[in-house]
Amino acid sequence: MSDHLLIATRKGLFALERQRSGWSAKLIGFDGIAVTNVLPVDGVIYAALKHGHFGAKLHRSDDGGLNWRELVAPAFPADVANAPSLFQVWTMEAGGAQHPDRLWIGAIPAGLFRSDDRGETWQLVASLWNVPERQRWFGGGYDAAGIHSISPDPRDSNHVFLAISCGGVWESRDSGKHWSVLGKGLYAPYVPPEQAEDSAIQDPHRVVRCAAAPDVMWMQHHAGIYRSTDAGAHWTRLSPPGDDFGFAVAAHPQAPQTAWFVPAIKDEIRMPRDGALCVTRTDDGGASWEILRHGLPQRDAYDLIYRHGLDVDGNGERLAMGSTTGALWSSDNGGRSWQLVNAHLPPIYAVRFA
Amino acid sequence: MPEIHFTSHLRNIVPDGPLSATGATVGEALMDLLAREPHVRSYVLDDQGALRKHVCIFADGVRLTHDDALRRRIGPDSKLYVMQALSGG
Repeated sequence: MSDHLLIATRKGLFALERQRSGWSAKLIGFDGIAVTNVLPVDGVIYAALKHGHFGAKLHRSDDGGLNWRELVAPAFPADVANAPSLFQVWTMEAGGAQHPDRLWIGAIPAGLFRSDDRGETWQLVASLWNVPERQRWFGGGYDAAGIHSISPDPRDSNHVFLAISCGGVWESRDSGKHWSVLGKGLYAPYVPPEQAEDSAIQDPHRVVRCAAAPDVMWMQHHAGIYRSTDAGAHWTRLSPPGDDFGFAVAAHPQAPQTAWFVPAIKDEIRMPRDGALCVTRTDDGGASWEILRHGLPQRDAYDLIYRHGLDVDGNGERLAMGSTTGALWSSDNGGRSWQLVNAHLPPIYAVRFA
Repeated sequence: MPEIHFTSHLRNIVPDGPLSATGATVGEALMDLLAREPHVRSYVLDDQGALRKHVCIFADGVRLTHDDALRRRIGPDSKLYVMQALSGG
């Protein structure tokens, strides 16, 4: 199991280490500054910041967070149509085995940026920015649409999948030169009925895939949860008991039938039902569900788990989950019991095993 | 030459103390300074070259309206303060 966690919060970046006595937390950088996401890759840590006044920034540490160097953040080139200003780096992902120096960034507004030199320079992937469907994208929770999930296929790093709120799910089979919108079967009840099946206006809150069976993907959508077995082309809506609204989802890295979600009362409320936080787990592709509550607060809990706030480690047994109210839990048995790690962190944006 | 002072929030970014810059407008003076301190640029201006939404500038004691701030004419003895706007957090 992974003994190292990185936690991106509203007030800085924390590193946690699992010791015999439990997890120890340390603020390792950016005190007081919002860290919108974090990416550990090959011993390097990338941190995306959002200064309240001074914009979105990108930093890198080559020594586990002791020292940081500011990189030039991605920017929309002035010659693209209606070039906006970068509001936020929403997600960062490694390029995959075939491209060890490559990084992807998904931003708000919904620009996809690629670096082929470990973050030193960034280019907007103009082919996606210029798709005609972008005119139909719109913001979900933010003023502008944004890219929050990026997933290169482990079998072919040039085959890249991504998800946009609110702009549907997309794939490129040539490292970003050409894009196709996917998502048959998704349904958006927040638009007039005749547009509800429009793939380009769907709001996938978060999409993850099974590392060992990469065609299997799980989605927490704005309206319901879905599973795909053909790498995002077609989706089947699942029917867990209780609420099926939420943001976070984690996929078991080896077992393609297993995933975890964190339900909340649907969109106009966004709190755990009855103040009782739970995680749902399926081990049969969504046919049946366990509702996991042991160790989670069951009264007066108003924690919401954001879309990057739940992670599972490489063996599929250890989970970590961080909330908007700054509570962090971990589980060593696939979510069947949870331990409170810290109840007093700043609001948590992202949780990642390192 | 006009003097530019920066908010203490940028103390890790900008050298301490007032900095001299040349220019007949706030924008010209800022650009002159940013040419010498290029790493400061992205903290004051966004990626499209506009004054960041939550940065405000005072010139000779007057808080400048955001959209016109860079065009404001200044004199050789003007004092500029680049501050964080409280609207940003």
